[in-house]
Amino acid sequence: MLRVRDLTVSFRTEQGVVRAVDGVSFDVAEGELLGVVGESGSGKTVSLLAVMGLITDPNATITGSISYRGRELLGLSAKEMRKLRGKEVAMIFQDPMTALTPVYTVGWQIAEQIRAHENVSQAAALQRAVDLLAEVNIPNPREAVNRYPHQLSGGMRQRVVIAMALSCNPALLVADEPTTALDVTVQAQILDLVRKLQKNHGSAIVFITHDMGVMAEIADRMIVMYAGRVVERGRKEDLFLSPRHPYTKALLDSIPPLSGEKPRRLKAIPGSPPNLVNRPPGCAFAPRCRQRFEKCDAEPMLIGEKRAVACFAVNA
Amino acid sequence: MTTPLLDLRDVSKRFMVGTRFSAGGKKVVHALDSVSLSVMPGETMGLVGESGCGKSTLGRCITRLYTLTSGTIRFGDTDISTISERRMRPMRRRIQMVFQDPYASLNPRRRVQDLIAEPLRVHTSMSTAAIAKRVAELLEIVGLKPDHAMRFPHEFSGGQRQRIGIARAIALNPELIVLDEPVSALDVSVQAQIVNLLADLQEQLKLTYVFIAHDLSVVRQVSNRIAVMYLGSIVELGAAEDIFTKPAHPYTQALISAVPVPDIAKQSQRNRIVLSGDVPSPINPPSGCRFHTRCPIARDQCRVERPVLEARSMGRQVACHFPVLGSDSQ
Repeated sequence: MLRVRDLTVSFRTEQGVVRAVDGVSFDVAEGELLGVVGESGSGKTVSLLAVMGLITDPNATITGSISYRGRELLGLSAKEMRKLRGKEVAMIFQDPMTALTPVYTVGWQIAEQIRAHENVSQAAALQRAVDLLAEVNIPNPREAVNRYPHQLSGGMRQRVVIAMALSCNPALLVADEPTTALDVTVQAQILDLVRKLQKNHGSAIVFITHDMGVMAEIADRMIVMYAGRVVERGRKEDLFLSPRHPYTKALLDSIPPLSGEKPRRLKAIPGSPPNLVNRPPGCAFAPRCRQRFEKCDAEPMLIGEKRAVACFAVNA
Repeated sequence: MTTPLLDLRDVSKRFMVGTRFSAGGKKVVHALDSVSLSVMPGETMGLVGESGCGKSTLGRCITRLYTLTSGTIRFGDTDISTISERRMRPMRRRIQMVFQDPYASLNPRRRVQDLIAEPLRVHTSMSTAAIAKRVAELLEIVGLKPDHAMRFPHEFSGGQRQRIGIARAIALNPELIVLDEPVSALDVSVQAQIVNLLADLQEQLKLTYVFIAHDLSVVRQVSNRIAVMYLGSIVELGAAEDIFTKPAHPYTQALISAVPVPDIAKQSQRNRIVLSGDVPSPINPPSGCRFHTRCPIARDQCRVERPVLEARSMGRQVACHFPVLGSDSQ
């Protein structure tokens, strides 16, 4: 349903051009949950913001193709995009406070969102808001609609934002680190909720996270990003059970285990992620890679269909 | 039996919030409620819990950034909970702290060499040359290059900045370091480097750590013993390995089971306990056992009577009327 091809997002900055997203391609099928995993600065958020048409920085250049159910989204006017956003595609963010205005009640905000896309009365929209809050397991939804965001806890706010995103039954939901700011016990509740939504609404979900554990719990398929590029793509089981890209492997190895033998030392990845300003040519992971060889000075292509890896050592 | 390096008895900390003019008037936040804990020389005590459980407040009480409302904290053979700021000063050489956010804890206008030299200037009478030599030595210990000394904090990545924070903390050869979420702001690949660095330093410099974190897998990796906190109190305390394999408090069980594990094979075998609701407000904590509002096995007694932290088995203390003993969680 969503087909992204060769998406490149670059920003002009004082230090030079930053290619935050560099030739990224991926598909999302109806009803599936695609996990996008990567560290800070890997381009995972920027690429999905581009899909949502939310990059408004005048210094940004977006090229490539984003087609949603056969319709090209790149180049749509702001007005056309606004019609689509909220109704067909919706996004939730890490910090729910940024998505809510502090001066209106949450019920009002959900109702406004519904009325922006559908011709219903305020009373009917408010009733829908109550139903939605009940659906995302907010206790006493009838009372909760009259509350202001600051009166709710972080987990409750995230539920309100999810309810808002669901208000028009979007076919595609993009969730950007929706549980990162939450405590683990609350995270578990929200993950359960996301799973339920995928099942009941049949929405396709793109879930962005840096947490491999969260990925293992909810993703169907995954893409792993590093320095603005996709380095590995595949079914969740394949990526976890037999990771092929050295970065995916190293990332999984660097996480301290929660059970079993405790390693004396963690297998850390040396160095730090590259600076994206005037990035040197070649594989971006090469300076930190244990398997690097002469070929890595060139740019590796993402090779493969369902299971794809961008690495010379693997594809050789 | 060796004597503990740090010994906390019934430590409580209350904050006043609001004024008499705000809705509901002044309120009391019970951030810490009667916490008792001892830390042995050379060990790492992990403090875990969700936001608002009081783990950071406890860390700040230990370093005397906060003064206690009641209770005592002994460091070595000195009671540091009531001594004057002047008498506390020499103690600060021996107790240091590393903060979560290396962006916020380093002065952006000062060069790395000045940042690291600062504790040496304040607490010692070392000559400028001796300080410069020590700074170079410290940079090497924490894995930074000598030419980094002249740079400013913004020129470093998050991991490197945390190394600077660690260099500052070890500059005075302290005995105890309170680490407040030292790796939470870092990417996973960098997090492992810092965890390894902290382990190396502990071994080389014979340090004692109080390691505060919400990430259970990191805490398991670094800690010898772990104290699990909920709403200002310790609910369970014991050897790190035991806590993870045989959690006895229902909260500990839920907490461990809620952590998503990056291991597909183990996932299906795990028994997940999803707690309902949120952590209650410490302004008006629940009666009886503070966990009873979310506890899957709460009974009438839990609503009325507050369980105390008591020894249940070898080295294990649990604050629960109905602890699950002897069972295996995995």
